[in-house]
Amino acid sequence: MIDTLRLTAEEAKRLLDAREISGAELFAAYRTSIDQRDQELHCYLHLCDDPGGDGLPIAVKDVIGTKGIPTTAGSKILEGYVPVYDSTVVERLKAHGLRILGKTNTDEFAMGSSTENSAFGPSHNPWDPSRVPGGSGGGSAAAVTGGLAPWALGSDTGGSIKQPSALCGNVGLRPTYGTVSRYGIVAFASSLDQVGPVAKTVRDCAYLYSIIAGRDERDTTTVELPQPVELPEATDLKGLRVGVPKELNEAEGIEPGVAVAVQAAIAKLEELGAEVGECSLSLSVEYGMPCYYLIAPAEASSNLARYDGVRYGYRADAAERLEMYERTRDEGFGDEPKRRIMVGTYALSAGYYDAYYGQAQKVRTVIKREHDALFETFDALVSPTSPTVAFPLGARTADPLAMYLSDVLTIPSCMAGLPGLNVPCGLSEGLPVGLQLVGPQFGENTLFRIGHAFEQAIGFDPVPERLR
Amino acid sequence: MANIDREQLLHVAHLARLELREDEIERLEGQLNDILEAVSKVSELDLADVPPTSHPHEVVNVWDEDEPRPCLSTDEALANAPEREGDFFKVPPGGAT
Repeated sequence: MIDTLRLTAEEAKRLLDAREISGAELFAAYRTSIDQRDQELHCYLHLCDDPGGDGLPIAVKDVIGTKGIPTTAGSKILEGYVPVYDSTVVERLKAHGLRILGKTNTDEFAMGSSTENSAFGPSHNPWDPSRVPGGSGGGSAAAVTGGLAPWALGSDTGGSIKQPSALCGNVGLRPTYGTVSRYGIVAFASSLDQVGPVAKTVRDCAYLYSIIAGRDERDTTTVELPQPVELPEATDLKGLRVGVPKELNEAEGIEPGVAVAVQAAIAKLEELGAEVGECSLSLSVEYGMPCYYLIAPAEASSNLARYDGVRYGYRADAAERLEMYERTRDEGFGDEPKRRIMVGTYALSAGYYDAYYGQAQKVRTVIKREHDALFETFDALVSPTSPTVAFPLGARTADPLAMYLSDVLTIPSCMAGLPGLNVPCGLSEGLPVGLQLVGPQFGENTLFRIGHAFEQAIGFDPVPERLR
Repeated sequence: MANIDREQLLHVAHLARLELREDEIERLEGQLNDILEAVSKVSELDLADVPPTSHPHEVVNVWDEDEPRPCLSTDEALANAPEREGDFFKVPPGGAT
């Protein structure tokens, strides 16, 4: 009997290598779990048949292009779109023998923090299905926690891997910008978008990162990793310096239960041998949100110009061409992409460019410098990932700005292109709390080391109580 | 700084090639003004001497050899076309773009 709720990718690989289970049995076990629980959780938008082989199964967020498998980005405007080529990350999964279980739900074009902006209905949190799994990558996060995949790929622009991992109680990495290829990914904001792993353990997360990372000649913003990925083994944190940015830990809106769990986690890091010190990110926290909500929509308005009903995707009926473009886009896009296209188009338009987009780019420099200065003193920064635990479905849908605040703690380091790891650090009100570890550029190995030692020390049970 | 009226909103919608319905226009007007007011916060900082960051890395142009390589066939490129005529994407006629 394969317990998909508890089986890690590392253990599954051991069982496969030892021929204690077959590839077909393993794939079938996940399909059985999907049959049992996906009606309730709605993690998947599309399921794939077992392509055969003895590699591990994996779930892939539906913004990641997959040859011959529908890729919708959670949008009606891409309904029925079947890519004719694989994204580089999917090529790398296949080269490692990994088998795609299916495509996971996402807020439309990865724009959102709850999956409620998906054109195909929201996903649900495995800890409490009346609550959101976070977003945009809520489908991947809920699938890993719900035992519907051993691990998954997500994508992160301002928190779409880290925040759902926090709300679902698993491990998610937003890699250093440029370490994972964006070729074949549905683009949202190109200077921010990064694909990354979602897993049950830090070691699984590190292993999956090692599979997808590295230079790709088809994405000229990618770089080779300066050091190879190291699977973490150490259980102490001696010699590491961890900074606690005051503003990220005391931001308005952080729930008391979240603050308590994170303070206990910081005490644990110190107990494990880390040197912990307070520090400040005042400008990044205060100006990160407005900076992000100018730059990301500006880039989105440009990237989403390609959906015009001509080459692929949805086309509305119209007798005349301009009418066809405008109607296709009105009927094909949901509310959130429209809002961001409008904000972005406005911010880039003549007369407003310098005051909005130009100024936001300068703020981005300020944020980057503020982070860079801290990494002269610290090896990693620690804070809550999300100010709150998973919130009820519908709680933030009426107010776009309230939804935007879900990412207030993840956005600053994204603007600086830095890696961030979410590790579960406990429960509040019976729901997972996520610890965010942010590192310097290419600091993933340090984040894995800290995350692994912490994970071993606290022994968080990743299986939702209601499913144990 | 921020305040977008109905006329500006329709102008921006046209630039973005969005044909908004009446109910959307009403809803968006309030939401966009709230969002623009929130993001206008960036103007509080005096950053005259700060260079802009368009990218997290110092990126420079990457040049490739100009050599033919395998690419999609015409049929593959047209596989997802809403409408096709021969080797072309077919679109409705006329109108300014």
